[in-house]
Amino acid sequence: MSGKPTRLLRNLNAKIAAIPMILTTLVVFVGGTIWTVVYSFTDSKLLPRLRWAGLDQYERLWGTSRWLVSIENLLFYGVMSLIFTICMGFLLAVLMDQKVRHEDTFRTIMLYPFALSFIVTGLVWQWILNPQFGIQQIVRDWGWTSFTFDPLNNPDTVLYGLLIAGLWQGTGFVMCLMLAGLRGIDEDIWKAARVDGIPTWKTYVVIIIPMMRAVFVTTLVIIASGIIRLYDLVVAMTSGGPGGNASQVPAMYVYDYMFQAQNLGQGFAASTMMLLSVLIVLIPWAYLEFGGKKHG
Amino acid sequence: MADVTFAPSESPSAKAMAGPRGARPKRALSGRNIMLYGTLIVVCLYYLLPLWVMVMTSLKGMPEVRLGNIFAPPMEITFEPWVKAWSTACTGLNCDGLSRGFWNSVIITVPSVILSIAIASVNGYALINWRFKGSDIFFTILIFGSFIPYQIMLYPIVILLREMGLYGTLWGLVLVHSVFGMPILTLLFRNYFSSIPEELFKAARVDGAGFWGIYFRIMLPMSLPIFVVALILQVTGIWNDFLFGVVYTKPELYPMTVQLNNIVNSVQGVKEYNVNMAATLLTGLVPLIIYFVSGKLFVRGIAAGAVKG
Amino acid sequence: MTNSIEVKDLTLNFGSVSVLKNMNLDVQEGEFVVLLGPSGCGKSTLLNCLAGLLDITDGQIWIKGRNVTWSEPSERGIGMVFQSYALYPQMTVRGNLSFGLKNARMPKNEIDKRVARASEILQIQPLLDRKPGALSGGQRQRVAIGRALVRDVDVFLFDEPLSNLDAKLRSELRVEIKRLHSRLKNTMVYVTHDQIEALTLADRIAVMKGGVIQQLSDPQTIYNKPSNLFVAGFIGSPSMNFLSGRTVDGGKTFVFGDHRISLHGYDGGAVLERDQAILGVRPEHLTVSATEPAGPSIPAVVEIDEHLGADSLLWLKAGTKDMCVRVAVEGRLPSGTNVHLGLDIAKASLFDTKTEQRV
Repeated sequence: MSGKPTRLLRNLNAKIAAIPMILTTLVVFVGGTIWTVVYSFTDSKLLPRLRWAGLDQYERLWGTSRWLVSIENLLFYGVMSLIFTICMGFLLAVLMDQKVRHEDTFRTIMLYPFALSFIVTGLVWQWILNPQFGIQQIVRDWGWTSFTFDPLNNPDTVLYGLLIAGLWQGTGFVMCLMLAGLRGIDEDIWKAARVDGIPTWKTYVVIIIPMMRAVFVTTLVIIASGIIRLYDLVVAMTSGGPGGNASQVPAMYVYDYMFQAQNLGQGFAASTMMLLSVLIVLIPWAYLEFGGKKHG
Repeated sequence: MADVTFAPSESPSAKAMAGPRGARPKRALSGRNIMLYGTLIVVCLYYLLPLWVMVMTSLKGMPEVRLGNIFAPPMEITFEPWVKAWSTACTGLNCDGLSRGFWNSVIITVPSVILSIAIASVNGYALINWRFKGSDIFFTILIFGSFIPYQIMLYPIVILLREMGLYGTLWGLVLVHSVFGMPILTLLFRNYFSSIPEELFKAARVDGAGFWGIYFRIMLPMSLPIFVVALILQVTGIWNDFLFGVVYTKPELYPMTVQLNNIVNSVQGVKEYNVNMAATLLTGLVPLIIYFVSGKLFVRGIAAGAVKG
Repeated sequence: MTNSIEVKDLTLNFGSVSVLKNMNLDVQEGEFVVLLGPSGCGKSTLLNCLAGLLDITDGQIWIKGRNVTWSEPSERGIGMVFQSYALYPQMTVRGNLSFGLKNARMPKNEIDKRVARASEILQIQPLLDRKPGALSGGQRQRVAIGRALVRDVDVFLFDEPLSNLDAKLRSELRVEIKRLHSRLKNTMVYVTHDQIEALTLADRIAVMKGGVIQQLSDPQTIYNKPSNLFVAGFIGSPSMNFLSGRTVDGGKTFVFGDHRISLHGYDGGAVLERDQAILGVRPEHLTVSATEPAGPSIPAVVEIDEHLGADSLLWLKAGTKDMCVRVAVEGRLPSGTNVHLGLDIAKASLFDTKTEQRV
């Protein structure tokens, strides 16, 4: 074995090549996060200031109705989104798993929204939901003159409007994940169930779904971490309104305070809260997946 | 025991082929098929609706749009909204249409894609074939990092870019995109390279090839499919980005998505819906084309990006 | 004896590819039939057709006197054991065994009775509350057999059940399956590509190739009197030695190169004069001697010997033809030795080259 001094030089090329990753990891992800969290305990306004302010920012944060509304909105949107995307995605995957003809065509159609920007999605649906020219008007023209379908202009229903667009974009992707999971199931299980006389629906519910636990969990985590970042869609569809606040989301709160209202401290505190919520989802999942295994 | 011979009363010819024979009768229009294909078709209508509306509206003149019925095809097809969206739409600052945003997006996307893929592929390669102490830890942190909401890293990056003199420039944005693209891409490449048989690698080392030699002469030529997948993932992701575009550039340098939002949402006065839809369509065109052309590879890319850990 | 299974003119096409061609097969009650052949020969396909898991293109399937051609698998009175066990992973062993019965709304005490009986026969009582993930390969296979047992059917179908096990487990479970058959006396149809399983387990073997049954007989007949060249070469390891030549003298003599071999004592049909014939002799039916023996023989040169432990294999060259002989360990000879190979014609097989059939 070569002596100790050369151990650092071993795999030197590899280490040099990996430096970008190490740098980024440390500086941006770890360093950046820590920096923001630390500064959330200061009273920074226009510029970051290292003046200790304790939990002031957080007190203000949780005392602001705008923040509270954004949290409520995100929770509602998140839960509904999760339930519907996973249910719809799974059902669509089951349908596609029935040896349909032209499967590729169907899948192409269901997945293309995923390739679009949230801005594009938001603007198109904003147009479709337009009360003057969109669906509401069309149904009225068909005779139902008192038909109302104007979710985006009503603070109580605006989130449903967002959901329609969000589901449209994301369900196809979940369908693909679920379909891949379904296809990974050993074909012999299906045969055994058939020989046992188990009807198809029961096989799905009692045997297949439990077998797909890992796929469901992974999908859940991916969707959840994406929902927390909800921003572009809201900007495009409602700009946070109607009435300025009805469809606020945390990501919007962060951006507005950080870059528009010149209140960095609030922005830092808000983004730290966002981080916390992600960790609440991530850490139990990571523990379940990797619990006990050592890293590195 | 000898071969079985049949007693005359049991010979197949005596017991004529009574009862069902051959394939089970299948009616194409069975109840099951109707429900199955019916549901799928209805679902597809839901998915195709916005695309249809977008295209139809963008091909109509404003008077026709005001008549209502967004589902109806134009009575008179006109490409004027498209031209307007591209070259004369106003964003509040200037009135040279989406073309500016388009080229900005191109300038942002191309270097970002090249940079992020180059770095991530080398990283993935180093992680799998040249493990060194701590490499797995770093990788895990990187993956965790990809889940962290961008918002928490927004401001520190602003500071960093300012120190480097890149804040507000296109190259600053390129750097940001490259950095944030690394976790998923590194995972992608790492997983792909781990499926290449280790014997190939060992044989090359026995032949005397070093780190870069193996990378360029062995790994790269074998990895064309995954490079395409990474390409699709990055181009779509970067082109569609909004948040970074709006935070890290100046208005003249806004990418297409930001411009689009400005054109549609912040214009006062008369709304030209057909121009808006044309602009929306144009912005979505690039990733859509990539999607339709690459089909299966795109699905593979999504699955790869999604299956983390 | 009645037939437990009757397959009549079974044809299966996948698109334009003909996988099973006009197949006829009868299995008697209580018989153990093995479908043996190389991969792609259609044996698993045939089994799946019997089970009702595949729709056939033409023909009929009768089980216990009922036409089940259009019946669902669960209505055919069959139980099936799969190569990958296919146990329901989220259920305990007890759950796996009782799931089908519960679905059929069977009363609880009947279910318990059947589960108890099956687990006693297969010795899996201590495993009843474990999940498949906590079982070894051999245990899982027993549970899979148990799942078929509780259905209380007459016909068991096995689709290469031992292929996923290592060699030692394979031979253990092979004996268990044979014991099971002699205890239960059910009809069993068993698919495998392993000759040893076939020869040891079967009452009759159906050797298949290209969707056609080449020979359907008991193991002894298949081994001693293979009906065609394919069966002769497929069964037996190391495989039969084939000498190409012709028959002359009204069929009394076989000419191989420059040598004349008397066919006196041949156990078969009318030899006749054929200008293209193949004489097949198994390695254990050849004798090696330094001097020319009394009976028919050909000269050969020793090339390699392989020591197998219990005995040895000698590889020789007769002219340009490679030959293999099984000898006792002491009978090993160094390379280059000239010897005479004595042929036991009574145990040999003669094939017509053109028809490939045994004469």
